[in-house]
Amino acid sequence: MANNEAWMTAEVGGPKRASLITKPEVAEAMIRRARRPILVIGHLAAEIEMEDKKLIDYVIDLATNTGIPVVATAHTGNAFLGRRFTPASIMSAVDIGNRLADPTWKGIDGNGPYDLAMFAGLPYSLAWTLLSGLKNFAPHLKTMTLDNVYHPNANWSFPNISIKDWIINLQAIIRDLGE
Amino acid sequence: MKIGELKTDFGNIKDLQLSIGQAKEEKWEEPMGPTPFPSLTTLREWDKKLLERYKPFYMPFCDMCCLCTQGKCDLTGPKRGACGISMPAQQSRTVLITVCIGAATHIGHARELVTSISEKFGKDHPLDVGGHNVEVEAPLIRLVCGIKPETIGDLDEVLDYLENQLTQLLAVTHTGQEGSSVDFESKVFHAGMIDQVAMEVADIAQISAFGFPKAEEETPLIELGMGAVDTSKPVILVVGHNVPPAVNIVDYLQKTKLTEEVELTGICCTSLDISRYTPKAKIIGPISWQLRYVRSGVPDVIVVDEQCVRADLLIEAQRIHAPLIATNQKNCLGLEDRTNDRPDDIVADMVSEKVPGVLILETNQVGEVATKTAIQVAPKRKKMGFFPKKEELKEIARKCNQCKECRRSCPNDAAIPEAMKAAGKGNFALLEEMYDECVGCARCEQACPQKIPIHSMILGAAQEKVKEEKYKIRAGRGAIQDIEIRQVGGPIVLGEIPGVVAFVGCPNFPKGGKEVAEMVIEFAKRRYIVCTSGCAAIAAGMYKNDEGKTAYELFPGSFEAGGVVNVGSCVSNAHIAGAAVKIASIFARRNLRGNYEEIADYVYNRVGAVGVAWGAMTQKAAAIASGFWRLGIPVVVGPHGTKYRRMLLGRRDKEELWYTYDARTGDKVYTSPAPEHLFVAAETKEEAMVMIAKLCMRPNDTSKGRAIKLTNYVDLHKRNFGSIPDDVHLYVRTMADVPITMKDEIVKMLNEKQWKERTIPDPTLLPRMIRKAKVKV
Ligand code: SF4
Ligand code: SF4
Ligand code: SF4
Repeated sequence: MANNEAWMTAEVGGPKRASLITKPEVAEAMIRRARRPILVIGHLAAEIEMEDKKLIDYVIDLATNTGIPVVATAHTGNAFLGRRFTPASIMSAVDIGNRLADPTWKGIDGNGPYDLAMFAGLPYSLAWTLLSGLKNFAPHLKTMTLDNVYHPNANWSFPNISIKDWIINLQAIIRDLGE
Repeated sequence: MKIGELKTDFGNIKDLQLSIGQAKEEKWEEPMGPTPFPSLTTLREWDKKLLERYKPFYMPFCDMCCLCTQGKCDLTGPKRGACGISMPAQQSRTVLITVCIGAATHIGHARELVTSISEKFGKDHPLDVGGHNVEVEAPLIRLVCGIKPETIGDLDEVLDYLENQLTQLLAVTHTGQEGSSVDFESKVFHAGMIDQVAMEVADIAQISAFGFPKAEEETPLIELGMGAVDTSKPVILVVGHNVPPAVNIVDYLQKTKLTEEVELTGICCTSLDISRYTPKAKIIGPISWQLRYVRSGVPDVIVVDEQCVRADLLIEAQRIHAPLIATNQKNCLGLEDRTNDRPDDIVADMVSEKVPGVLILETNQVGEVATKTAIQVAPKRKKMGFFPKKEELKEIARKCNQCKECRRSCPNDAAIPEAMKAAGKGNFALLEEMYDECVGCARCEQACPQKIPIHSMILGAAQEKVKEEKYKIRAGRGAIQDIEIRQVGGPIVLGEIPGVVAFVGCPNFPKGGKEVAEMVIEFAKRRYIVCTSGCAAIAAGMYKNDEGKTAYELFPGSFEAGGVVNVGSCVSNAHIAGAAVKIASIFARRNLRGNYEEIADYVYNRVGAVGVAWGAMTQKAAAIASGFWRLGIPVVVGPHGTKYRRMLLGRRDKEELWYTYDARTGDKVYTSPAPEHLFVAAETKEEAMVMIAKLCMRPNDTSKGRAIKLTNYVDLHKRNFGSIPDDVHLYVRTMADVPITMKDEIVKMLNEKQWKERTIPDPTLLPRMIRKAKVKV
């Protein structure tokens, strides 16, 4: 499959499609540039196995290293708390999507709207539609997915990559941003 | 006609003769409300009130429009199409088209039923859905149309209205009509409302004509599951929604005394409805069981009517050498019309496989042809299925080259390549596990370049599970009795019964149907009133607890706290909305007649009902949801539900949205964000349960009721999310709302949030309902 093919074959993107995160530095630059980034993490983060860890463990490392707030969707809050990490908020995916699309939303902490939303661990088609909503109705916001599948509706997405490559990329991002 | 002439396998229908005579005599003295037979814009202001609170959050499933030859148009972001339409308008236009398809399907279905019943039983055949027990026989027709139908013939006027509205609604979607997304959404609500009426027409007609259970609480338990079929007998399978052909089969079997010799099995709503006609029919499963059951080779003859029938069923039927009989004008499948041929000639052609199937458009022929064909082909077929045997699985799996195309086409992203790898090494556990969560779409097979019959392999690996598929489901009871409404009306409106949760719709489940059964059991245990209908009703029965009991065996079938009420098929959904409406009329004595806005305002503010369409998939499911929305009843869908292109979401953080009139004083007062959303997708079952509990709260809850609802919400939140919800303070109006058992932690939160006590209003969104007007109305 080509690098920029939607992971689900039929869910082809529209005329405007995500740029590829071809190396960790691309994502790092986006995150560094953001003034108010946020992470939105779905329940699969606690299920997806990445060798000896789970996706959620990488998310926690990233959030801890950078101080980026985490919104846990569905029952992911339980998995975070079980790892002694307290998410900034618990909200459904469509609820946080709806708020992110509102340029007047002051954010979870009341300090103003976010300018970069990063997603991981949501079911593919749910993330697809959610990112479509943001692509079309949140011009003030950049979106990035940290999943290992291509999401045409994000601004930035990894191509479809193996778990091994995914780990290498996430580790590099966590390390570099922690410095 | 006497009801005694209607032979059914249900014994206990003595009351009916009494009630029919009396229904005729009753006069309807209720004054006419302001909106009988509403047009496209009659209820626009009400819709706008709801849409102001629950703004659409659009999630385009496609960025383009290709509806006319000026397209394709790229509508991404702020761009407009060549006709000038914007992306929000285009999304709501697509929603309207979807809901119109759904409503057209129910209206078409209802029209066919009413026409055929009129021909067979006469136009003056009385409507009776429960004798004296159900005096308000058609709450939705009364509400919307302002008429009180008494006979089958009275339904014609209703259908004329529905057909007219549907035509107007579809016209709205033409290029260069409506340009505002809000107006499109209002029309979506209108389409949903007429869909609800159509469902009521269809179900009260078939209940009255075919002697289905008439609002009885304890209907018979029906056998359910592939394992329940006696494969030594000839087996007929009926699939679809429109029951008359299946009724004819039952009648023929009875007439020829073959009932015990032939197995009548069904899938989807036709099976639900035929089990309301005879408890001997067996339900196989929801529509996602079509391929599995056909590929098992068990059915000897397949009879399809309409809706949700797989378009490739004829091909699948040919693979197992089972003749197929199409019976509906809407679903002819390319088959030759043999309606006017002699039954024996048709049977001979199918038995000899001269033809793979036939089209028979005269219901009265279907029973004879299906039965004779089944009996004659059964010995020849010897139930030839084509699941690969366990020993073959390994060989086939070895052909897999791990390209992942199957997984990329699976709606649930199932780990098929991994399962194939293991199967190639002789370990079938992963394949077998997939059986529970597979929705039977076979897209994986379409994608596989190695032509591996993936779906059949899953079935082959799960043979033991298939044999164990033996469950019980309570036959659909139809309407809710007036006396039940009288008994629960108060506790529901006060909030002391924490809610009415209706599990409806299709089986496009993200993780299998077991999740529906688990939710049903959870809420019944918590003493909510749980209703089920359609494929969700079937899924709710396909799970047993440790004692080997299904939800239908564990809980009573009455409309009471802790009841699990299967109303019936998809069209029986009308009784769930009807029950909410009847609370306003029977319990609160509000006039129903042509009085939509006031009743919707009542239901919205007082009746803590929530619809859950966990596997919502079809256009009909979209229409059913839309009907609930206009009544102010929130609907939760599963994660695939976002593909309907938009949610209707409230914002609890925006205080200004949650002011309502206090009808006692005319003051505008802050209530709680209750219900928080009108249409919302949940990502997981756990999230859905928390949402359901929360969405049952209503502004009218008394403190006792609110405390009960909060107990459930907070408890489910803690159990599933690991913490106390951060919005509890929004739902506590006075200290008496705080559940005693959670007092310490909630009071702590109230202090942190600088909570202040507020009044509990007599809530309404309608200025005209204010009794002592302080505001200008
Ligand atoms: S209907 Fe409008 S948006 Fe659609 S293709 Fe035609 S011009 Fe373009
Ligand atoms: S048939 Fe089952 S496994 Fe195959 S694509 Fe459909 S849901 Fe997935
Ligand atoms: S599509 Fe076929 S060959 Fe490719 S991974 Fe799936 S089963 Fe194997």
